[in-house]
Amino acid sequence: MRAAVIQFPGSNCDRDMAVAIRDITGADTSLVWHRESVLPTGLDLIAIPGGFSYGDYLRSGAMAARSPVMQAVIAAAGRGVPVLGVCNGFQILTEAGLLPGALMRNAGIRFVCRTVGLTVENSQSMFTSSYSAGEKIHIPVAHHDGNFFADDATLDRMEGEGRVAFRYAEPVNGSARNIAGVLNDAGNVLGMMPHPERMIEAMQGGSDGRRLFEGLIREIA
Amino acid sequence: MKTRIFVTLKNGVLDPQGKAIHHAIEGLGFSGVHDVRAGRLIEIEHEPGLSKADLESMCTKLLANMVIENFEIEQA
Repeated sequence: MRAAVIQFPGSNCDRDMAVAIRDITGADTSLVWHRESVLPTGLDLIAIPGGFSYGDYLRSGAMAARSPVMQAVIAAAGRGVPVLGVCNGFQILTEAGLLPGALMRNAGIRFVCRTVGLTVENSQSMFTSSYSAGEKIHIPVAHHDGNFFADDATLDRMEGEGRVAFRYAEPVNGSARNIAGVLNDAGNVLGMMPHPERMIEAMQGGSDGRRLFEGLIREIA
Repeated sequence: MKTRIFVTLKNGVLDPQGKAIHHAIEGLGFSGVHDVRAGRLIEIEHEPGLSKADLESMCTKLLANMVIENFEIEQA
């Protein structure tokens, strides 16, 4: 199994993401700088990590979404390669048009940094197959712009198609319908604000995030 | 030549920053303000030959997020 974690100027969860993927899936994991226009061959997983790419200039994720490497990520996603975007990675995926909607400033204005309860809405996706539908899990969030917005027609369609992967089990940031993570129409791109890579062993306070990666490797293998 | 591009949130999109600014204005003792919405002004210096279509394309591809924002182009 081969994986790549994309690094932008201002990414800060890139190493945690690479460690999580390497430790849990055993994948040969490389860090790929945003200026690259070609990805390593034979990738089974691409991860877009959290952070503050380009200092959140213009809008969170806006500059990163237009960087050279993202053209290659968009092409790979189109071929069915699994793409996981966490936090700033989720913002980048919406800005790049790989996921619907937008992530706006938290409704309460403040940066939110704490472990939150999530409900697994769809346990059938390649990212969520090791969870049960309706299960409550705990994963940390750390973001200023996590307030998911899409128009009602888009939200209805996404819910109807099972594309809401996770919802907050408590008010966190004003997100439409408490959405915390969404899938693309083909099901191979997941964006989520909570950080599964920060919850992979007991030392971190829990391992609910670990199962996302364990599920992925089963689906990919 | 200079063009000013105003990027604003669409109607109906919640603007927490505007709300906070409104609150701060009231905190300073100003009354009679009904609502505040915050946007962004982008000034572009460019060749006179740059087309309106190119400016619009810059807006839709980068300067505005069309899911949540509108833009207005003001040429001097």
